[in-house]
Order: sequence, then structure tokens, then C-alpha cells
Amino acid sequence: MAIWLDTDSLILVQGMTGSEGTKHTRRMVASGARVVAGVTPGKAGQDVDGIPIFDDVQAAMAATGANVSVVFVPPKFAKVAVIEALDANIALAVVITEGIPVHDTAQFFQYSQNAGATRIIGPNCPGIISPGQSSAGIIPTDITRAGRIGLVSKSGTLTYQMMYELRDIGFSTCVGIGGDPIIGTTHIDCLQAFQDDPETDAIVMIGEIGGDAEERAAAYIGEHITKPVVGYVAGFTAPEGKTMGHAGAIVSGSAGTAIAKQEALEAVGVKVGRTPSATARLMRELMQG
Amino acid sequence: MDLYEYQARHLFRKHQIPGTPGEVCSTAAAAHEVARKIGGQVVVKAQVKTGGRGKAGGVKLAQTPDEAAAVATAILGMNIRGHTVHRVLVAEASDIAEEYYVSFLLDRANRAFLAMASTAGGVEIEEVAATRPQDLAMIRVDALLGVDVHKATEIVDAANFPPAVRDQVIAIMVQLWNVMVDEDATLVEVNPLVLTPNGTVLALDGKVTLDDNANYRHAGRADFVDREGTDPIELRAKEFELNYVKLDGEVGIIGNGAGLVMSTLDVVAYAGEEFGGIKPANFLDIGGGASATVMANGLNIVLSDPEVQAVLVNVFGGITSCAAVAEGVLQALEMLKSEGVPLAKPIVCRIDGNNAVAGRRILTEANHPLIEIVETMDDAAHRVAELAAARKAGQ
Repeated sequence: MAIWLDTDSLILVQGMTGSEGTKHTRRMVASGARVVAGVTPGKAGQDVDGIPIFDDVQAAMAATGANVSVVFVPPKFAKVAVIEALDANIALAVVITEGIPVHDTAQFFQYSQNAGATRIIGPNCPGIISPGQSSAGIIPTDITRAGRIGLVSKSGTLTYQMMYELRDIGFSTCVGIGGDPIIGTTHIDCLQAFQDDPETDAIVMIGEIGGDAEERAAAYIGEHITKPVVGYVAGFTAPEGKTMGHAGAIVSGSAGTAIAKQEALEAVGVKVGRTPSATARLMRELMQG
Repeated sequence: MDLYEYQARHLFRKHQIPGTPGEVCSTAAAAHEVARKIGGQVVVKAQVKTGGRGKAGGVKLAQTPDEAAAVATAILGMNIRGHTVHRVLVAEASDIAEEYYVSFLLDRANRAFLAMASTAGGVEIEEVAATRPQDLAMIRVDALLGVDVHKATEIVDAANFPPAVRDQVIAIMVQLWNVMVDEDATLVEVNPLVLTPNGTVLALDGKVTLDDNANYRHAGRADFVDREGTDPIELRAKEFELNYVKLDGEVGIIGNGAGLVMSTLDVVAYAGEEFGGIKPANFLDIGGGASATVMANGLNIVLSDPEVQAVLVNVFGGITSCAAVAEGVLQALEMLKSEGVPLAKPIVCRIDGNNAVAGRRILTEANHPLIEIVETMDDAAHRVAELAAARKAGQ
């Protein structure tokens, strides 16, 4: 089954004719994902490797039945592109674009809440993959296999690292939710979906400094999650007031520290690894008894 | 990007928020001239991006231009909590009847914005929130609806502003929201917002944080870059468009992906505990591609830090093949050598993921005297900490 993305997912790519869009379209197709349409305003009638391009999301959905959009549109035009996907009531919009102004994200997120038909993943994220079924985004498709672990992470490369370390056990779905201050899908959304997914047995949750999403996720785990959860938090050595790569990764005063996040997770019984490899070992012990 | 008070005042003025006349000065002579122009009592304020400057002696009143110059001389060059004072703001000193607080900020948890207002201003707002939360109004602001007079009225009434100042504060809240949106800010704060004895409401001190992602739609943002307040290596890294943060330690770090690099810093710090407290010297994310040029620029920046004793290159090849990463590291070292960059510090390489075996083989066969290959991240951190400690002890 997996969450949100499976063999029935029909993917359209907004910004397919751009260099990143084309490159990652080819990778998704090569991995077996069903990419059915591209959207680039003014380029209707063209194609990328035989995949038809449309002027807008609505036309692409009408012609192909696409139900997932992957957005590679540059920051300047990203808000308009996402709102176009929201207006077309697409089920899932995966926003890969890095560097979108947070006011734009706040606006399109609010727009999605008002419309109520679309789940947004990202922005500034690597996307979502259900190994062996489908991939929407830029997550490497050949470093792991299908299995029964669910993974949710703010970080791309830490997602890949974990997928790779546990490649013999395998994953139901891995979601890179992104490192921006405002994101469409949170740790909690993923935890809830994995809890409800009969094909997920255990969950790895990777967090990092900044905000209090991990603390809130911990509270949610305490109340609602019965499947085992293993956690990792990056950024113990990050100094206060410095943005560490991700726009959202910043310790402000005493808020957003790694230690507070670790303590919140441990308080609800989540085993937290000291390093990514130690975290993978905790999950391995859990899955292999 | 956090702004200085004088830069925040500049943005407030641009959006017609009432304040006091004043100008920023970097010399005592300039302070004298500004004080003379203003006439009467002035306040001279150190411009530093940290709190507690009043207690540290960084804010002083002056009755005459001569006194303003003397006070400026004392404050300029002062060190306040590790921040050197390069500029002072010289502004008209206003009489204060009451002090208030107003702000807008990005509310990450609710994925919206938040308005905060209080008639208990002039103190740390965290203190008001902790000790008398009933005196701090917090109102959600919808990102699409924003703040009009109606919304501003809701905020001001929730904070129980006195009737005599209500309309003035409502107008200021609307203007402050304009600063928030038009300038792409994630925080705008006025503390204190004051009532003068003659009944006028003025913004006396302000804090603004701008969203760097929005720089492309604001001409002149480069003027806000704080060259004196930024580490020189960070400034050079910025020229190479590298995501670099200087830290205090001995192990230079290069990795791909913000999360992995943050994690690498932690793992090196843990390993370093065993070697007398060896720590990471920097954060540097060279991004997904990890090309030879970017790797060369990264190594160049990291090796230019005199504190660095050893370097850890930690790359997880996802889409990029580790073979390409290995070639990139070798080419980068060639490039640096031909540019005459001194190469003596050991470099521990951990590359894993896509095509890892081929990548490691390329490095092994190159047999570069500085490169050591370690397979896992934890072992690599241990080894680089060991090398850094040994080299530090040998100096």
C-alpha cells in the first residue's frame, strides 16, 4: 500500500522542460514511475521523451488523469505554479524548489487549506518515494528496496543515508518533508499516515534544529502512535542564531535546540540514535528482533 | 538576515511609521554634527545585533554636541557580548509617558503569521510572556488576508491599549504589516513603542529580520550585508556562493546536504571528546552535485582557516555517483596545487552510496599522500579527530 504514492499514481511535472525538470523526469521514468504529463506555459504540443507537455495543470489532468504534481519551477514563479495545481484540485503537489520566499509559501499553504483538496509536500524537499512502486521528486531510486519501514525526514541526504543503511530491510514509503520554516506536510502528518498504513510496521523519524515540529511530533507519538518509532536529530553542535544550510534550521535563543527535541522524543519512548548509523542499528534490532 | 536598529528605522521611515529624527554615525565628528542638527538632548546608541547594550553602557544621553561626540568616542569600539561597536545611532531623546510593545512574526508552528501587542513595553517581551501572559495579546494573522484596519483594531483592542492612543496604534500596526509584507520580513518588532507627554505615539527602537530567499525581489539588499560583523572566511565563502558557517574547532567539514553536514558536525564533536575536545571548525554544504570546482572552492575555503588541523569530506552519493565525487576530490586537489594553495593538512574521505566501491577504489589507486579513506561516517569522524589532535599537539 504505502502512503500517498503508489503504482496507481499518475505524475505530471511542472517545469518539465527546464534542465532539472527534464533530468529528474528521466530518472523517475527509468525507475518505473508513471510520469504522464509535463506542464510549461506556452509549450503545449511539445514533448519530453514522448511525454506530452501542456500549458497548464488543469489541461494536463483532463487529458491524462494525472493525480500527482512534482514542481521544479524556479522560486520566482513557484507560488503561481503551486496555486495553479491547487486550483486544479490535484491530490498531491510535491514542491522540490529550493529558495522560495517564505511569504509565498505561507500564502500558497493557506490557499491549500482554504481549498482543502491538495496535500502539499515541501517546498525545499527531495520528494516522496514508495520503493518498487513510484517516485515523485529527486530521491535516488536504486539505493534501497521495498519493505515495511516508514521514513520521514527534514533532510535529503540523511534520508538517503538511512534508506541505504537499511536497504536489506526496505521501506514502504520515504517522505522528505523539507527544511523550510513553513512546509505543507509535517512529521505529524506522516506519522499519522504510517500509523494507518497496514504495510508499515515501524517508523524512522529524522529531525533537525529549528522550530518545534519535533517536540509536537513527540507529543503526537505519545498520544496516537502505537507502532515503534526510532528517531534521530541533527544539529547538537549548531551555534545559536546561525542558519545551518536549511532556511528553517536555526536555533533562536533557547528555542529549537537538538537536545530539547531529543528529550521530548525520549520522554514518549522513542529510541533516539546518537549518529545516523546508530539510529539505523536501533531500527535493525527492532525489525530483526 | 537580522538588521541593525538603524536599518530597521530606515525601513520604518520608508513605510511612514512615526519615529524620532536621527542618523547613524561611525565617527565622533559625525555624531557631533548630527547632534548639532537635531539640537537639544540626544541619545547615542551602540549598533550591535545583541541585547543588553544598555546595561553594558552602550546607550547614553548627551545634552550638547560636544557631549555627544565624547559619548560616541567612548561607545565606538566598545565590545558588547562579543560584538564590536562600529557605529552609533544619534537620535533625538524623547520624553516618555508610557512604553508599549508591538510585533509581527512568522509563526512556524501554525504555518501563518502572528501579531503580538502589549501595553507593557520597554522590557524583554519574553519576560512579559512568562510572568504576565495576560498582558500580551497574541493574534493569528492569515497569510492571504493580512492586516487591514479591521484586523489591526482586533489586535489593538485585544491588548487593551488606552482609548487616547488606540487610533494611532491601529495605524502603526497597518504600516508595520506593510513593512512585513513589502520588505519580505519574518520579524518586525517595535520595542518600545512610546507615548510622549504631548500624546504622540513613536517607534523608538526596532528589530527586523529579512527573508534571504526573497533577496532577488529587493534591489539594494546587498547594502544590508554586515561586512564588519561577518567572519572574513564566511564573506569569502559567500563570494564562492558556498553555504559556510564558521565555528570554533579544529576539524574542517565538507559534506553534501544540510542535514548530513549538521549530523557530521555532531559526530565529529562526539568523536573529539576522546581527543581532548576536538571540535568541528565549520559547516559547509556543497550541495547535491559535488562537482570538482565546487569541491575545490570548498577545500580552498576550509583550508584557509588557520584553526583547521584536518579535514573531513563526508559525501553521500545519491544521484551523483561516488566515482564522480572521488574524481572531483582529486581534481580539486590538483586545481589547488596549481593555484599555489598550501596543502599539508590531512583529508579524511568518507564516501558512501551510489557506486561507493568504485569511488573508494579511485581514491585508493590515486594514493594521494594527504587522503585517507574511511568507510563509515562514525569511523571517519573518529579518525579525523585523532589526526587533528595529533597535529595540534605537534605544533
